[in-house]
Amino acid sequence: MAKKLNMRKRYELLTRGLGWEPTYQPKDKVFAQEAYEGIKITDWSKWEDPFRLTVDAYWKYQAEKDKKLYAVMDSFAQNNAHLNLADASYVNALKLFIQGVSPLEYAAHRNFARLARQLSGEGAQIACQMQSIDELRHAQTQIHTISHYNKHFHGMHDPFHMFDRVWYLSVPKSYFDDASSAGPFEFITSVSFSFEYLLTNLLFVPFMSGAAYNGDMATVTFGFSAQSDESRHMTLGLEIIKFLLEQHEDNLPIVQGWIDKHFWRAYRLLGLVAMMQDYFLPESPMSWKEGWQIYFVENAGALFNDLGRYGLQMPKYHEIATAEADHISHQIFGTFYNYIHAAAFNLGLPSEAKMNWLSEKYPDTFDKYYRPRMEMWAQMEKEGKRFFNMGLPQLCQVCQIPMCFTEIAKDDPMQVSYRVSEYEGEKFHTCSDGCKTIFDHEPEKYVNAWLPVHQIFQGNCGGAAVPDVLNWYHFHPEDGGDYVGSADEARWKAMKGEAAAEAPKTSQADAA
Amino acid sequence: MAVKSIHGEYPSVFMDSVDRFHGNQLVYIGWDNHTSICTANAYPLPPDMPFGALTEAVLPSVCGPHPDFPLIEWSKVEWLLDGEAFTPEMGKSLKDNGVGHKSLIRFKTPGLNGYKGTGN
Repeated sequence: MAKKLNMRKRYELLTRGLGWEPTYQPKDKVFAQEAYEGIKITDWSKWEDPFRLTVDAYWKYQAEKDKKLYAVMDSFAQNNAHLNLADASYVNALKLFIQGVSPLEYAAHRNFARLARQLSGEGAQIACQMQSIDELRHAQTQIHTISHYNKHFHGMHDPFHMFDRVWYLSVPKSYFDDASSAGPFEFITSVSFSFEYLLTNLLFVPFMSGAAYNGDMATVTFGFSAQSDESRHMTLGLEIIKFLLEQHEDNLPIVQGWIDKHFWRAYRLLGLVAMMQDYFLPESPMSWKEGWQIYFVENAGALFNDLGRYGLQMPKYHEIATAEADHISHQIFGTFYNYIHAAAFNLGLPSEAKMNWLSEKYPDTFDKYYRPRMEMWAQMEKEGKRFFNMGLPQLCQVCQIPMCFTEIAKDDPMQVSYRVSEYEGEKFHTCSDGCKTIFDHEPEKYVNAWLPVHQIFQGNCGGAAVPDVLNWYHFHPEDGGDYVGSADEARWKAMKGEAAAEAPKTSQADAA
Repeated sequence: MAVKSIHGEYPSVFMDSVDRFHGNQLVYIGWDNHTSICTANAYPLPPDMPFGALTEAVLPSVCGPHPDFPLIEWSKVEWLLDGEAFTPEMGKSLKDNGVGHKSLIRFKTPGLNGYKGTGN
């Protein structure tokens, strides 16, 4: 009988020795993307996959997780469990998720498949292959989880189409396209390290704990199902950084540059999550600022202390991001309050209870700067003059967010922060030193940006009037606008009303 | 520093060159200390349009609903063009006032600093 192998040996046998030396073509042509970024790899066999996951084990784990997840989804659907939500306004968080995050999972799937093909080390190929399959599974399970909500609420009917066209979804799209159009090592530094390792908790924890606080057990279950994958991805992110830095000292400045750039890009993108976290959730587990303090200031601070031995420093402008933690959710909320008629989710002014929560969580800024704004808008609403911005915003050339950020680091938080660069005789506007630095480093790349506002003016988005553009986005008239008075609110009330009318039956179902 | 690329020069397409705007040029206009209007707004405008048309025809659509807007004394407004203080000649065209493609015009309204002076 064959001797049972220990895990390390099994892993080595199943992941190494799978490659070969090409003879028809030189190796640098077979792996044509591996050298041009300037990264030097001297010995791929030094790659250590800390999980030592083999394909047979991988299938087994994932199949078990899927089985559990789909059982929960089925029971959620059969029991109409969406009726247990704290409030239907919570569903707006899911709309943002399916529109803005799930397409990123799919893009990640495609890109890790590219890496599995383009990196020549066998250990890295296997890790990237598995991550590619993970990301596809995440996109699928998110679509399946949220499809139940799509039956009952608006704005979730065509997220992948929207992702390619909609003004606010160009923020996640452009971040990911930036990484995808770079070489394999920049991509993996961007997505696996700057995003997944440094910032993924700031994305997942708010959505998943938000789901838990608001009675959305389907999404919580999806979150658990993805969590073990995410921790594997985070470990890959850290591994790749250590591997690159150990391979050659010349890699350090290149890697540091990528970390700086993609930290800032990913952070800007997370501004949308900050808004969701502080303004979308009827019951809020944690403020953006608290999350930033724990998951970035404390965790990333400790991480970079460790990485200091490789010469790596905290990402450039991290202190600005920390200073902004008191402001960005309010500023991005304000932007969407201006343009909610052109979004595929609903929001509204925060209730008095929510404002008190915000005052408590943001003692230095909310009452001073942002509560007065809410009061003014509430007053205008009361007078029947709800403020909508009837123009189109100036966008940042790099992050593509409307230029709503302010001079917080210069202690002038009500002054919009304007930066501009000149390149080949044309002006390019950016929202911050972080985005301007990224533009100035590679202007040839960012002049190619597809800025939704400018594209509308050029006549490339279905027409000149807002309804034409929204139609081109595949938005329905009832998808956007204020939550109060929305189609979702009306439907939610009708659903709850029916439930109340059939109280005995419902109580039985609840008891079961 | 040049973008690294596999094959030759990195391809750059200026996606917002002025020739793509059907005879207009892009102009951004922002009202300082009024951040409840979340950003400067972007407008495609004819270069020959008189500067004065901004205050009369362009700005009211976005800024008009703000309670400060009807109180503005336009003669006291301080203007910035691409970061520099300037005094526009209202009867002259945008072009003749030095407003180019993708110029940023900012204006400050002394004494009017947003809702209750909070910059909103």
